[in-house]
Amino acid sequence: MNCNNAIREISSYIDGELEVSLRIELEEHFRECEDCAIVVRQTQLTVQIYCNDQPVELPGEIRSRLHESLKRRIHKSK
Amino acid sequence: MQCATLNVGTSFGPINSAALTNRLLAKNPKLSAPTPDRLPSKIAREDEPLLVKAAKSGDATAFEELVNRYESKIFRLTMNITRNREDAEDSMQEAFLKAYSHLNTFKEDSRFYTWLVRIAANEALMRLRKRRPNQVSLDEPIEGEDDFIPREVQDWGPSPEQRYAQSELHEILDQVIDQLDPDFRTVFVLRDIEELSTEETAQAMGISVPAVKSRLLRARLKLRQKLDRFLRDRKPN
Repeated sequence: MNCNNAIREISSYIDGELEVSLRIELEEHFRECEDCAIVVRQTQLTVQIYCNDQPVELPGEIRSRLHESLKRRIHKSK
Repeated sequence: MQCATLNVGTSFGPINSAALTNRLLAKNPKLSAPTPDRLPSKIAREDEPLLVKAAKSGDATAFEELVNRYESKIFRLTMNITRNREDAEDSMQEAFLKAYSHLNTFKEDSRFYTWLVRIAANEALMRLRKRRPNQVSLDEPIEGEDDFIPREVQDWGPSPEQRYAQSELHEILDQVIDQLDPDFRTVFVLRDIEELSTEETAQAMGISVPAVKSRLLRARLKLRQKLDRFLRDRKPN
């Protein structure tokens, strides 16, 4: 396996979607190629960091407008 | 890959969530045993099916509790897709109004949150297409003979989460994702941040499963690359 092919499989690899034989081949490549090993680690970390980033609290005025508009809709449908 | 920890949303306002659940359970004894395996998402709480049933039967307080629970996350989603506060607010508002109006069409064999995300993503994408019609073409998979091999790879050392305070890191992530092409960004947001499955993402965006996979790969690699550049530029002395 060359680096280009390995990088193409990174996404499926970190999602655990690869067939066993391909995963083993890929992991062999990562052991031999430090650059690809770094890229897979950093890609995993990138996804994880975005996952951990907490949503910003909804600004109060936007929340008020949302709830006002919902109240109007609910009132209208009754 | 799934998020290890996710915010479940904040319940605020006058609703007492536990009291509401108890009231709904008392009214619906048949629904008194929601089990975790019926709710695959870490986002959904166990009482969500009760709230949905109550909201469907006209309980406005139950619907309000669902709104309280997910409004911050839905706003983050629409902000991430549109990158425009006005469009994000309009998309979020329209999504909740549509969810309320079409609640009876929601099939309870899937997660309410996933259904809501689909509606909100569609609203946000529609506004993004209107604002930037030449930049978004979501019907064709993005193909190309890109060279995937990253250049000048260097280890990051301590994780960005260890190097920066939460608020500073949030700003960095915001700037980095902002540079991503909308096609890539939307797939990344739906799949990795909002935890939709590949199939659900494909359905929400109106593209094929292979197109989702292709865009997700490129999105993740591009984000890594952009984050890498950012971290190198800001490397402490």
